[in-house]
Amino acid sequence: MMHSLSFLLQVANPQLPPTMGMFVLMGLVKAGAAFGIYMLCVAYTTLAERRVAAWIQDRLGPNRVGPEGFLQPIADGIKNFMKEEALPDGASKALFIMAPAIAFVPAMLTWAVIPFASPLPVPGVGLVDMVVADLPVGFLFTLAISSLGVYGITIAGWSSNNKYALLGGLRASAQMISYEIAMGMSTVCVLLLAGNVNLNEVVAQQGAQGWNVLLLTLAFFMFAVAALAETNRVPFDLPEAESELIAGYHAEYSSMRYSMFPLAEYANVITSSSLMVTLFFGGWDIPFTTWDNLPPWTITKTLLTMALYVSKVMFFVFFFIWLRWTVPRFRYDQLMSLGWKVLLPMALVYITVVASLLLGLDAAGVARTGWAFRGAMLGMNVVFVVLVFWVLDRGRLISPAYSRVERERLARMRAVADRGDLLSGKGA
Amino acid sequence: MLANQFHSLFYAFGFYLFGLVAIASAVAFVTRKSPVAAAMWLVNVMFCLAALYVMLDAQFIAAMQVLVYTGAIMVVFLFVIMLLNLGHPSELADARGRWGYIFATFIGLVMLAEVMALNRANTIERMIPPDLAARAAAAAATPLAGGIIGPVAAPLFNEYLLAFELTSVLLLAAIVGAVVLGKRRTDAR
Repeated sequence: MMHSLSFLLQVANPQLPPTMGMFVLMGLVKAGAAFGIYMLCVAYTTLAERRVAAWIQDRLGPNRVGPEGFLQPIADGIKNFMKEEALPDGASKALFIMAPAIAFVPAMLTWAVIPFASPLPVPGVGLVDMVVADLPVGFLFTLAISSLGVYGITIAGWSSNNKYALLGGLRASAQMISYEIAMGMSTVCVLLLAGNVNLNEVVAQQGAQGWNVLLLTLAFFMFAVAALAETNRVPFDLPEAESELIAGYHAEYSSMRYSMFPLAEYANVITSSSLMVTLFFGGWDIPFTTWDNLPPWTITKTLLTMALYVSKVMFFVFFFIWLRWTVPRFRYDQLMSLGWKVLLPMALVYITVVASLLLGLDAAGVARTGWAFRGAMLGMNVVFVVLVFWVLDRGRLISPAYSRVERERLARMRAVADRGDLLSGKGA
Repeated sequence: MLANQFHSLFYAFGFYLFGLVAIASAVAFVTRKSPVAAAMWLVNVMFCLAALYVMLDAQFIAAMQVLVYTGAIMVVFLFVIMLLNLGHPSELADARGRWGYIFATFIGLVMLAEVMALNRANTIERMIPPDLAARAAAAAATPLAGGIIGPVAAPLFNEYLLAFELTSVLLLAAIVGAVVLGKRRTDAR
């Protein structure tokens, strides 16, 4: 929809959308800035991972390069650029070189549609949406593009001409297909509530109705598990399981080409965290106030909402790292049965119930922003959470493994442990 | 006026760019010996088609094109190709005899002739309803209920519900058939 060029010269009202020329200009500025900041964040997530890992394992971690190891990512980058790039015998060259890029690009592209602050009024330009590309297909775009990340890994595994790499690539493709479905299904409820797939609308709906994590906890749980599997991190890092597959799909890679794979993983972590925040934790919304969701937009609002958004995302990045150093890896059959036999049926039942409830509430004429609506959703949510995490789970995922042991046996085992024989090592 | 000219120039550039890349990728897809390389070229074709859908303002179809074909179906293809170890071109046994080439050339020429005949008789232009521009303008003026999904979902679940459900039954039958075939082979062993 190109306006005539005279629009470009008009002095814009900062509370109205910008003209086409300014829109394109601001789009370029946003894309450039977002790219730079994103790459920087990805680099520093590697440092965060190593420092948090060290903290969890009670050691120091990299703290020598610069203050508190702050220049470590730069040193690592230089090191990786200096190393020799190896090309294995019999590798299919073009695909081998392309694979790291194919793995990295989707993670970054996905981030382009996530809104990160309230709109910013720029004098002389207009109201600039704080999202790189506000697509009408919003969330579908993220699903579509994030489903492409698997090509990088699969192709890397295949083109290396190495059986371990190939096995890693095969595992990656099977895993990502399985969990993509669960991921898409878990977000259907969110989209049902928002009535739209545009992520700006999803954020606005949460500002008006309350965060989705309170109304749809189960959907958040399924999304978090699926997102963890999509990023190929522990406990879902079977494609690179080092105890079985050396290093899996990137066993033959070295230097900067290798380095692209961990970078893609961290990029995926940041993108998944942003998605969790946007879909379930209100995006840039400041809780307990509607002040930030309503015009007139100001620079203060933009800065505050952006700060809140960044802190939420940082929490989830920490959450990913925390999980990695806490839980062990799944077995392959456990991975498949979790995806197909637990998450997918659960998501389907959940969609049916949520859709029926929404239909019933709408038919009864309950206003979507009123307290009755929120109360009904919250009640359904509590019932589902209790049902899944306490009744159905029983030692499989959330509750501890001893919940499957009979009560009397557990008491006997505890009594033995309490005598201190086992702990002090003296023997019975 | 200038803006309109710029817009149509931009549009034409995009159309030819994606169209040519799609055709080139499709040619590469059928000529590559390595099945994995061929599959990657097909992925490229799908992408270019998605780009062309976006240019037609069919953004939902474009997203579905990438999500379903590129992200799911082609990944399964790739998975099967790798699992069957078709990586060695020498082991490939496809119908590439002389008669195959001749037949393919003949079919290709017939299709090309059909396209040219249609183009000559302005058949495609006559198929466009005369009030298309007015309808498009009216559609653009009214805000869409339910965002970009609504206009697709409403006919799908109202007018064409039966066809939609029957299609899913068809897919289910295919899945059941695959399971039955897979089961029979293990039982026979």
